[in-house]
Parts: sequence; structure tokens; C-alpha cells
Amino acid sequence: MTLLDVQNLWVKFPTRQGIFDAVRGVSFTLGKERLGIVGESGSGKSMTGRAILRLIRPPGIVEADYIRLEGTNLLDLTEKQMRAVRGQRISMVMQDPKFSLNPVMRIGDQIMEAYLLHNRAGRADARKKSLEMLEAVSIRDAERVMRAYPHEMSGGMGQRIMIAMMLIPDPKILIADEPTSALDVSVQRQVLDIMDALVKERGMGLIFISHDLNLVAEFCDRVLIMYAGRIVEVCDADRLHDAKHPYTRGLLNSLPRLDHPRDRLEVLQRDPAWSDAPSVGTQE
Amino acid sequence: MIDIQNLDVWFGDGHDRVDAVRRATFAVNAGESFGLVGESGSGKSTILRAITGLAPTWSGRIEIDGQILHGKSRDRTFYKNVQMVFQDPYASLHPRHSVDQVLGETLSLHGFRDIDTRVVKLLDDVGLGTRFRFRYPHQLSGGQRQRVAIARALAGEPDILLLDEPTSALDVSVQAEILNLLCDIRDQRKLTYLMVSHDLPVVGHMCTRLAVMKDGEIVEVMDVAQLRQMKASHPYSQSLLDASVAQ
Repeated sequence: MTLLDVQNLWVKFPTRQGIFDAVRGVSFTLGKERLGIVGESGSGKSMTGRAILRLIRPPGIVEADYIRLEGTNLLDLTEKQMRAVRGQRISMVMQDPKFSLNPVMRIGDQIMEAYLLHNRAGRADARKKSLEMLEAVSIRDAERVMRAYPHEMSGGMGQRIMIAMMLIPDPKILIADEPTSALDVSVQRQVLDIMDALVKERGMGLIFISHDLNLVAEFCDRVLIMYAGRIVEVCDADRLHDAKHPYTRGLLNSLPRLDHPRDRLEVLQRDPAWSDAPSVGTQE
Repeated sequence: MIDIQNLDVWFGDGHDRVDAVRRATFAVNAGESFGLVGESGSGKSTILRAITGLAPTWSGRIEIDGQILHGKSRDRTFYKNVQMVFQDPYASLHPRHSVDQVLGETLSLHGFRDIDTRVVKLLDDVGLGTRFRFRYPHQLSGGQRQRVAIARALAGEPDILLLDEPTSALDVSVQAEILNLLCDIRDQRKLTYLMVSHDLPVVGHMCTRLAVMKDGEIVEVMDVAQLRQMKASHPYSQSLLDASVAQ
């Protein structure tokens, strides 16, 4: 079943040098699956995620034939209707928990706020639900965490709290924008495992935006590879290492590997034709 | 070249005292590249900061190129000999200074006279060329900025470079270019590297030996052959290895 259907998405920013196209005609669909979007910085992957939630503010322009969430075109909604979509039906986890949590509010109050905004419920209910959610993201001692302020938390804890907060309204789709880039390798794995379990349990769709090819290959079902605002290749995550596009190959080869020592790393040779070629569609 | 024995580094006093590094001991030979790996907060960067005098509260023994260091003061010859490249190329360059000013000022502080020719040479050495000489940091990409930071570190013709996560803020394709550049200048200038990273494959690529740190202590020193065979003797380093190779 298709949860989200994006057709011909453009994100444009007017600059003094003319219009800059950050995303250029991207189309894809998302079912109950884990979809990875990878690319270098500036490839438009984060902009794609933000455009879906209509989080791009003027002067930025979002254009698309349609962005359908279970049949409704998000582009036709008013800002007020859109606020009901954000959080409740599509949630987003950002890169750094330090910047997405309110530093002067107790964590418990922040999570409860997320719940109360979307549900008609009393504070006692909200509190109970928040504790449950914190336990669902493997936070021991949830009572203490509820009373704590964000600066008392480590990065991994903070990111788990963010995930708890995003999942509390029970959204259909979770957009995770580099959710683990600010974390250590060992903590990264924990956070991913938690996210994976929750997504599976609840039958959600996940858009996982990352620059880390190997992480995406391991964690997602399907991968879109973006370059200069376009999708250059779509492949199944387990077959990423057989990817054909020279850009994907170049990215894979430029990684140092423990099992294949080399004197020199391969450097990606960019071909201007890649950015001119039309996006690869994913309607199959 | 670098000899560190029983190094303790702490921050704060009394109740608030945090022991960032405890009894760290290792030595790096001339021309060798040595890696420090561990999670964030394990004290790996703090060791570099203690060497350069940026973390003034330490005890133990630090010997650099035959010279024993004390406290936080370092003399001019030390800074000529030892230079550091930081993690974030966006934060380590002055936004209102052009590349020419950054390198020119560094060179004049090192006491050179032929600044003009040296700036051109430095830019060539790091693969930027003179096109970039009068640009400001915001006109450069992350990889280009890191090249400028490396050029600045090379200005005093040092023998030792301390690299603090030099590529973790960069894309993998740019990371490959910067790692290649670091290998090239190491071979040309016979440099000694002490490199901090959380990325084991990167350390495996650059270094010959490495120390694994946990909670301020060095739990294991191993060589790259051991690393490649995934044979760590300490359970913590083994778990770190497993976590980074599965990706």
C-alpha cells in the first residue's frame, strides 16, 4: 500500500544570481517500508524531506505535481490543516538533539506537550503515556529522565528522547534526517535498532536520510541515491554494492575499508552529465 | 618522537573534578602515524590538547622530539615543530580573513621573510593553487577549507601534525581526497602523525599503530595488522571493532 506518493518535486531558491534549484523533479513512492535517501551534502536530500512536510519557508519555493499522503494532496492543504499533518501523520527526527529539544523545559514536559497537542487527554494520561514511550526507546529510569533538562542528557539519550517524542502521536510516516550522524558508532546502532523495532511494530513508513552509504545499505529496504538535486539511481538496499551508476560506485570506492587495505583511496571523478540527466523514476 | 607517560588530565576542582585522561602511556616513533580511537568523551582529543597546551591541568610526562614539556606554556620552537588540524573546518578559519591573510599571518608569526612565495607554495602543496588565494572561507567548500587548515599547519614546516578528526565533518568523497593529501604530504615531508578519530577504517587506512581509549584510559595498543584481522585482546576494543565493521 502506498502511503506517500511524490511526483515531480522541485525546490527552488531565488538568489542574486538567479534561481537555484535544490531539488529538481524528484518522484518516488513510499509504502510501509524503510526508504533510504543518500547523497553528499548539497545533493538535496534534506530539502526533499523538508519539502514533504512543507517546512520550506519563503523565499524558498516548493513545486510538485502532487505530494499525496494516503490520497490527499498536501500541497492543497491550508497552513492550519498542515499543522494537523505535521507530527500527527508525518513526524520528523532531526540530526542533532541538542538543537531540537527546548533547553529550558524539562524533558517530561516536552514529551507531554507533544501528546497533549494531539490528543484530548488529561495530564495524568499524558504522563503515563510519556513514561511508556521513554521505556519503549530503552531509557532506563524514565522517571528521572522526565524531570531532567536536555543538557543533562548525552547525545544518544537525547536522540532517543526525540524519537519517543516523534512517535507519541503515532504517525504514519517518520522522516529521519541524519538521526545518528551526531552519535558514536556504538550508540548509533542502539538508536537504529530502537527505530527499526518501532517502525516494524507499528507498520510505519520510514524515510531515512543519510550520507552514510553503508549504514543505509544495512538498515533500509530500498535506497534512492541523489546527486545535484536529482535521483541518479534507485536500488534495493541489499544490492547497493552492485550499484551501476558511476556516482554510487565512486562513493562506495572512496571509503577506506579494513578488509581491503589500499595505498591510495579512489577519488570520485565527477561527470557534469550526471547532474543534467533526468531523475530516475521509482514508479515500477 | 612523541613519548607520553602516565599522563593525567583533569578539569575542575574538588567536587567537580573530572578526570578526562588517566595514566595514558604511549610512544610514537619518528615518521610513524599513530591513531587514538574511542567514543566521544573517552579523552582522545584531550590528549592532543594537553600536548599543545590547550588543557593546562595535567600531570605526568610529555616528551616531544627530546624536549620535556611543562604546564601550558610552549615556546616558539614547539609551535614550529608541532601543529594541529582541527575537526571542523568551518569553525577553525576566521570568517573575515582571506586565505592569503590566514597563511600570511601564520608565516610572519613563524618569522619567515619570503611570505609571498611561501603562500603560493603552500597553496600548491595542498592542491588548491593560486586561484584560491584571495578567497574568504565562505567562498570555499568544506574540503577546500580543510585544505587551507592543513596549509596553515604546514606553514612552520613542522615535523609533527596532530590531527583531531580531520575528515569527520566531510563527505566520503571529499574525505578520500583529504586522506590522500595527508598521505602525500607525510611521504614528502617525513611527517609524524598523531591522529584522533572515531572511524576505525580511517585509522586503519592512515596509521600503523593505534590506541583504543575508554573512559579516559588506554585499554589497548594494537597494530593495524591486528586491527585488520579483527583480533583485539580487550573486550571493549573488540566490541568497537564489531560495531564499525558491520556497517
